[in-house]
Amino acid sequence: MSTMLLAGSPIEVDAEGFLLNPDQWTPEIAAEIAAGSGITLSEKHWQVIDFCRRTNADKGAPPTVRGITKGTGISTKEMYQLFPKGPGILASRIAGLSKPKGCI
Amino acid sequence: MKKLLILGGGTAGTMMASKLRRALDPDQWAITVVDQDDRHVYQPGLLFIPFGIYRARDVVKPRRRFIPNGVELVLSGIDVIDPDTSSVRLSDGSRLPYDLLIVATGSRIVPAETEGLTGPGWRKNIFDFYTLEGAQQLFYALERFEQGRLVLNVAEMPIKCPVAPLEFLFLADWFFHQKGNRDRVELVYATPLDGAFTKPRASALLGGLLAEKNVLVETEFNASEIDGDGRILKSWDGREVRYDLLVSIPTNMGSEAVERSGMGDDLAFVPTERETLRSKEHKNVFVLGDATDLPSSKAGSVAHFQGDVLEKNVLRAIDGRKLCEDFDGHANCFIETGFGKAVLIDFNYDTEPLPGRFPLPGIGPLSLLGESEANHWGKMAFRSVYWNQLLAGREIPFVDSKMSLLGKWS
Ligand SMILES: Cc1cc2nc3c(=O)[nH]c(=O)nc-3n(C[C@H](O)[C@H](O)[C@H](O)COP(=O)(O)OP(=O)(O)OC[C@H]3O[C@@H](n4cnc5c(N)ncnc54)[C@H](O)[C@@H]3O)c2cc1C
Repeated sequence: MSTMLLAGSPIEVDAEGFLLNPDQWTPEIAAEIAAGSGITLSEKHWQVIDFCRRTNADKGAPPTVRGITKGTGISTKEMYQLFPKGPGILASRIAGLSKPKGCI
Repeated sequence: MKKLLILGGGTAGTMMASKLRRALDPDQWAITVVDQDDRHVYQPGLLFIPFGIYRARDVVKPRRRFIPNGVELVLSGIDVIDPDTSSVRLSDGSRLPYDLLIVATGSRIVPAETEGLTGPGWRKNIFDFYTLEGAQQLFYALERFEQGRLVLNVAEMPIKCPVAPLEFLFLADWFFHQKGNRDRVELVYATPLDGAFTKPRASALLGGLLAEKNVLVETEFNASEIDGDGRILKSWDGREVRYDLLVSIPTNMGSEAVERSGMGDDLAFVPTERETLRSKEHKNVFVLGDATDLPSSKAGSVAHFQGDVLEKNVLRAIDGRKLCEDFDGHANCFIETGFGKAVLIDFNYDTEPLPGRFPLPGIGPLSLLGESEANHWGKMAFRSVYWNQLLAGREIPFVDSKMSLLGKWS
């Protein structure tokens, strides 16, 4: 665990840069994390981020890419354009949530 | 008479039927198992079929032979589970009511989830080996394969037996060496993972073996589409991998019955309490084996370890006692590495695979996280242990359901 200065406030993050407490998240923080990955947040990005945060609040865990495409109607292809490389992981990090659970 | 209903007569369902028939009073509890066919496939054996090490007759036996006396086996498709009325509707429309339900419907491959996978080339130069039919056809394809590029692709995680793709590659390397054309065959592994395996320590070891055996690895590769005519495997981020022979581990999903019942997550796996194995939604429903959404490996050995916990909890639920929170995610698997050797790894939710000796601390005879011939014979002997001990719900000598740290070097 470490503390990072995000959008002017000290925020607790894990070793991979995921927020430890989703309540510390603000839209400004999202924009700053996104910028760090070379992403400027658009309307579509926000749609995904809102969905991720809602799902997390309801179910206690961030959604998978499959869950996001089902829930938002945004295609997988578009998800990879919006959040290149690993859309599930990246969307979750920008939304201030934990790393989506992988499997062992 | 109370009714215990078990859905799925595969590894987990058969094992639970055996255990619970011994544990429950036959005058008080009727036990019924439902499965769609009478063909029990020893799935770990499917790995060996493409290489001609096993034939179909070595891995298939009638299900009914392993269902114990005093348990009814119903051969029928399962249509939907209706937890609100505690009953299950079968394909012919008939209903089976239950007092307690165990969902053990496993996971299946769904090639249609990847665009183009079942298009031109499917079962011609594109195969799976997670089904008996796929594994048998791949055997003929490998026999014929003289030169070119063999690509193994894992479409999406999670998959059952996450080490099977690696084993396939190790065995393919050995197979082509023996056939005398290894120098004319390129082996490529395209995986969505960021390394050879999900756990860093084992990933380093297995990644080393892949490099040693000259297998090219393409990581973080999320397959978007297969162009069967052009023989190209494409990823969402625009990478293209050309193949001559594509061996695919398609998307794994839970049973269609779970999907139709609305009881599954996005991949039709049932949300399950991670330590007790009770369904998160319904108090008289338990889940085990590949059907759960747990982050433990989907493997027969895991189902075996879960079985001990589930037996206790079913008895506790019947008596109205508090469930024990005992399942630690323990998994234990042999990984065939070719040339008559294998590696053994042992891990759980929280502990990474560690080197050491297994199952007797300090003695073995099996070595953890190292290649050895003894491990290979352990893997080959697993088939007989599977049919005779595991399905009968018996103890496997020296192996406890809770992971032990004795004899391991951390
Ligand atoms: C290639 C390969 C290699 C493997 N190697 C290993 C290994 O080395 N070690 C190891 O421990 N594990 C290994 N496994 C994994 C292991 O086989 C599985 O984890 C195990 O069989 C899971 O048991 P299960 O009872 O949950 O599912 P299954 O054994 O698959 O049983 C599920 C049953 O449910 C039935 N069913 C599902 N839906 C319906 C329906 N709608 N109607 C009626 N019946 C239905 C199916 O017919 C099936 O019989 C391997 C798997 C594969 C594919």
